[in-house]
Amino acid sequence: MPRPRIFVPRETAAISVGADDVAVEIARVAKQGANSVELVRNGSWGASWLEPLIEVEVDGRRIAYGNVGAADVAGLFAAGFLTGGPHDRRIGPIDEIPYLINQDRWTFWRCGLIDPLSLDDFRAHQGFNALEKAFAIGPDAVIDAVKASGLRGRGGAGFPAGIKWQTVAATESSQKYIACNADEGDSGTFSDRILMEGDPHGLIESMLIAGFAVGASRGYIYLRSEYPLARSILTRAIATARQAGWLGKNIQGSGFDFDIDLHIGAGSYVCGEETAMLESLEGKPGIVRYKPPLPAHEGLFGKPTVVNNVVTLASVPNIVNLGGEKYAGYGVDRSTGTLAFQLAGNIQRGGLVEKAFGITLRELINDFGGGTASGRAVKAVQVGGPLGAYLSPDQLDTPLDYEAFTEIGAMIGHGGIVVFDDSANMALQARFAMEFCAIESCGKCTPCRIGSTRGVEVIDRIIAGENPDANYDLLVELCDTMEDASLCAMGGMTPYPVRSVLQYFAEDFASAREADG
Amino acid sequence: MSTKTYDAEIASRLIAEFDARPEMLIQVLHAFLERFGWISEAAIKQLADELNLSRADVHGVVSYYHDFRTSPPGLHVVKICQAESCQAMGSRELSTHAEKSLGLSMHTSNEALTLEPVYCLGNCACSPAVMVDGKTYGRVTAERFDDIVATLGEQR
Repeated sequence: MPRPRIFVPRETAAISVGADDVAVEIARVAKQGANSVELVRNGSWGASWLEPLIEVEVDGRRIAYGNVGAADVAGLFAAGFLTGGPHDRRIGPIDEIPYLINQDRWTFWRCGLIDPLSLDDFRAHQGFNALEKAFAIGPDAVIDAVKASGLRGRGGAGFPAGIKWQTVAATESSQKYIACNADEGDSGTFSDRILMEGDPHGLIESMLIAGFAVGASRGYIYLRSEYPLARSILTRAIATARQAGWLGKNIQGSGFDFDIDLHIGAGSYVCGEETAMLESLEGKPGIVRYKPPLPAHEGLFGKPTVVNNVVTLASVPNIVNLGGEKYAGYGVDRSTGTLAFQLAGNIQRGGLVEKAFGITLRELINDFGGGTASGRAVKAVQVGGPLGAYLSPDQLDTPLDYEAFTEIGAMIGHGGIVVFDDSANMALQARFAMEFCAIESCGKCTPCRIGSTRGVEVIDRIIAGENPDANYDLLVELCDTMEDASLCAMGGMTPYPVRSVLQYFAEDFASAREADG
Repeated sequence: MSTKTYDAEIASRLIAEFDARPEMLIQVLHAFLERFGWISEAAIKQLADELNLSRADVHGVVSYYHDFRTSPPGLHVVKICQAESCQAMGSRELSTHAEKSLGLSMHTSNEALTLEPVYCLGNCACSPAVMVDGKTYGRVTAERFDDIVATLGEQR
């Protein structure tokens, strides 16, 4: 009789609430009771609110138990969980959990399902099928598929990936690069991390396809230092792939050479901006470059470079497998396909929800998220990270679609959704937006470097009640200057959250004063 | 702390692991940080010499990035996330609690501990989040924070 398989995620969120302790305890209790079990450390399904979410395989079906602590383990064994026995923590079959089955899992479908460090498991779940197909159909057909998919950059800028790839492919050079942006710095976002920790070989395959399509032989992953587990998983996955001949010279006899270097960032938010990232990859301070030249023409070390976010790249294998038209069938208008939305902040059921564009914020927050964690009313929702506007509750029916968000002065960005309940003071959030910009500005352009510091001061004066009307006007003017004259999105979009607070939550300036005494 | 004392020979070996390529400076600095805990003036001078960079180049990189601290940290490094998702779940109150209970303000150290802010650990569905010696903790209440810090005390 095969040993029962138990899945305990090796993923940051799960481990942050005790998954490692659960794994150790399962091994201990199993040994004590002379039960032989196979412990698989899978990735996360993304239902972070249920973490640690462990599963046991019974007759080929995986039964989930949620919010399991080490203290629950002995009781689970006693309740017969190896055969899917009833227990307070039992949720039921993983493939019946509404939060998961109501998603459109195009890019994240292997996350949670497989053992991220097993190349065999990856291969058994279509791993490298898309690369093999790419070798068969050739670079032009790959680029055509990406163009047909309408896939846009998931890092936040939303630039069509196919056009970028075509530009790099068409630029003559002895050396080209694929630079994967894994500097996921926006608060409220963790989709890159879940993918890298749950399906690292999927990212490697994606970069191989990109390299093959544009004629690049070298790839870099720029990973933020705040993700030590992703670093260790990627390091091991790259080594495994190299050993098995999926990275290096003449990959699987195709004649195509490609290898990947993993670079670790050093705590700078602005290095998520593509040109600052390139500077950092070259070992320099992450100071943004003027554009043009575009990185597609002169990128890393002055060579043509595809700079794509993790999720953008990871969406490609299924586009190659299933066709760009299939992907374009999801979504609305020019926002085709799916986005990995991330429910965060004050939310009952936080986690990753990959869903076709067009769903509304209200549906995501209520139907998937179950409302606030505190049970209080939603006051504001910040979408798209620290540079995204704070939306008021009456804007929650806006469909998630790049253009619809632009129209209301907001942005989807990398898909992070941070919910605040009615205990939040939004004037403090406006102040933080300026403060964060002052901390993280690279310093190259004046509106961002100086404007952010002046912004904090002006907001402090408004809160303190010093000439509030005049200072309010001054703040609006400062926002105009930063927006119009900054070099990149850091200074150029910091005004978004500030303006939204002025527009929808202006009364909070007075209440911040009262709270301050 | 003796194992963490700066050692020019070890430093040289770490630089060699990256083939002394100047574009690997940030990666070498991480290796220094892991080995020595902080970036000293001696380290900056040696990096400049062996990577064929000016001291200004190296200093520019060290001072630009938040990770590269230029003074010795405490035995344990506690980082509390200050970004929006954690703010929405009470990280301001948690930070105040931490400062009070540790007797430290942000960006300061004593022999045992260094307390630092961090802007997003990517654990936003389990806010508020804290990182202690490179390990991320989620759903951190004031009580859980005290428990985590207490375990550090046992390790000392």
